[in-house]
Amino acid sequence: MTPDLSAARRTIRGGLVLMTLGLLAAAGVYILALYYTPMEARQGLAQKIFYVHAPAAWGALVAFSVVGLASILYLWLHDERLDLFAASSAEVGIAFSMVMLTTGPIWGKTVWGTWWTWDARLTLTLFLFFLFVAYLALRAAVPDRGERARFSAVVGIMGLVLVPFIHLSVYLFRTLHPQPVLLKPSAPSMPPEMLRTLLSGMGAFTLLYLGFVMVRYGIACAANVRGESSNAV
Amino acid sequence: MPDMLRLAFAIAAKDIRLELRSRTALLSAIVFSALVLVVFNFARDPTALAAIDLAPSVLWITFAFGAVIALNRAFYVERENAALDGILMAPVPRSALYVGKLLANLAFVGVVEAVALPLFVLFFNVSMGHALPGILGVTALATVGFVAVGTIFSAMVVRTRFAELMLPVLLLPFMVPPLVGAVQVTARLLAGRPLSEMEGWLRLLTAYDIVFVTLCILVFPAVVDE
Repeated sequence: MTPDLSAARRTIRGGLVLMTLGLLAAAGVYILALYYTPMEARQGLAQKIFYVHAPAAWGALVAFSVVGLASILYLWLHDERLDLFAASSAEVGIAFSMVMLTTGPIWGKTVWGTWWTWDARLTLTLFLFFLFVAYLALRAAVPDRGERARFSAVVGIMGLVLVPFIHLSVYLFRTLHPQPVLLKPSAPSMPPEMLRTLLSGMGAFTLLYLGFVMVRYGIACAANVRGESSNAV
Repeated sequence: MPDMLRLAFAIAAKDIRLELRSRTALLSAIVFSALVLVVFNFARDPTALAAIDLAPSVLWITFAFGAVIALNRAFYVERENAALDGILMAPVPRSALYVGKLLANLAFVGVVEAVALPLFVLFFNVSMGHALPGILGVTALATVGFVAVGTIFSAMVVRTRFAELMLPVLLLPFMVPPLVGAVQVTARLLAGRPLSEMEGWLRLLTAYDIVFVTLCILVFPAVVDE
């Protein structure tokens, strides 16, 4: 079932191409954001981080959903590649959530006046991160390959089901206990230039996600063929 | 269906009998919960914070920690002498095995909670009064949810390295919805608020129980079958 080494190498090469394109696109987004997108009137320069933050959050969400879907498919089809793909996606998801969780507070400190607040979306994304960590920690702790795949698929599926519950409980928590009004502006509709930059940012991060996952997946496949454990996911 | 339940009860009875013979795990979990309560009392500034304000959180964090300790042992007993393989070879549907383990764990965690609750009333000087039936109800509702998830995770972590560390890392994110709900309902019950203020939380807790018990029964075969 495992694809041979040359197929893995082709995947890595394809992934590297996508990754390079994604990095170039990300650089392009920075230029677009800094020079060709109007300054937000109230937030000023701080708002520019949004063009990295929101696409990273998007990438993390995509990664998380892919882990869940690949897990469901794995329990159904028992194809080892699905397991490797889910695990690669989780690793990339961790990277993206970390970008999201570091850029967010930097922006929040300037605009909200606080690094962290238990806002519904913040709490939810923090738990996405914790779930990714738990998923990968479990993988690292199970020595047997088949067992690792089955266990992590179960966690992947349960995580996918958990997310709406966390969202609901955090939402209820907030609405029943309204906090003092933060300096959060009620989302103004976005000028087309800003929307354009945001959408290109999301495109760039989607490319990056695909590139990262393909490279990671290719490495995992190659490690599998060679029977290495150090690069296995 | 009645056959499945009969088998589940048989498995639960086996676990409970096993536990009553040694009693080590149960006693440790009870002592641990009592210690958590004591530590909590000293971890608060008595001049700044009244015990009653902290009470719901203390109660539920104690229950959660006690449950994690208790759940660690659930499949540990099956690992010795490969006892689980014996059960798996018997003509027992996997769902019955899961439900049996779940029932045993509920009994186990229930006993820990039954001891911790009076201690909590004693240490924190909480007057339960007419809130007691409600608190027992919400305890049952929330406990079923996180023990259901904990049962499946304890079956997994027993096959891993660092099992005792792995279980809380996996389980705590899943404990968030039931714990948040239970704390909110407990606080309102203790404050004598009307039922309508807890309705949303009770719905959340019920939905969590139904969804996760069903899901766990569905995916449990993937945990035990090669």
